[in-house]
Amino acid sequence: MRLALIGLAAGFFGALFGVGGGVIMVPLLIIALGFDERPAMATSLGAIGLIALEGIVFYGAHGQLKPGAAALVGIPGAVGALAGTTLQQRLQNRTLSILFAALLLAVAVKLLV
Amino acid sequence: MWTIVLAVALGLVAGMLSGLFGVGGGILFVPTLTLGLGLTQLHGEATSLLAIVPTVAVGTWRQQRYGNVRWRPSIVLGLAGIAGVVGGGFVAEALPEHALRRLFGLLLLLTAAQVGWRARKR
Repeated sequence: MRLALIGLAAGFFGALFGVGGGVIMVPLLIIALGFDERPAMATSLGAIGLIALEGIVFYGAHGQLKPGAAALVGIPGAVGALAGTTLQQRLQNRTLSILFAALLLAVAVKLLV
Repeated sequence: MWTIVLAVALGLVAGMLSGLFGVGGGILFVPTLTLGLGLTQLHGEATSLLAIVPTVAVGTWRQQRYGNVRWRPSIVLGLAGIAGVVGGGFVAEALPEHALRRLFGLLLLLTAAQVGWRARKR
């Protein structure tokens, strides 16, 4: 039940402000549901995939997708994800949390200014 | 030429952030697509979803191998998220965005503080 609410909130605010659901799901999984950092971040990735797929169906039907541009950033994105997940396994949960807080701070500043 | 190099480099960084923190990477994908490659805001946001899919697919696959993915919560979150996106889309058209944006920014600041504080205590 709480999971469903977190998912709803992530999708809702994500759509409203154009930020991904991850910055909402990850802290809520950690704070509200007591997930450790790594499982919270891994579980969020899977959920984002589902949400993105649904968005693609929606925007695809409206003809707003540019596959060439998507490949140009998305293929390096996949390579980066490989590096990012590898690096993540080598960091302590505590370090991850502190770095993640810094990321949240950056997103908050971007929204506020 | 340089815009392409820049787009590839920013894509890499977005993917790193995604794998490291469990986010989609849209925070960097969208500005790269709009400011860097000249897509409109709408096309940029739509297209970033296409870029997010391979990124999170690789990330999830790796995390699965590390044994970190909890599939049932992940699917519940994703399905509820889809419902939330639909609701958020409607509200975005009906409400003044600016005030909400600030409020959400403040909320994230508080969240950052709480996540950081929790980590510091351990």
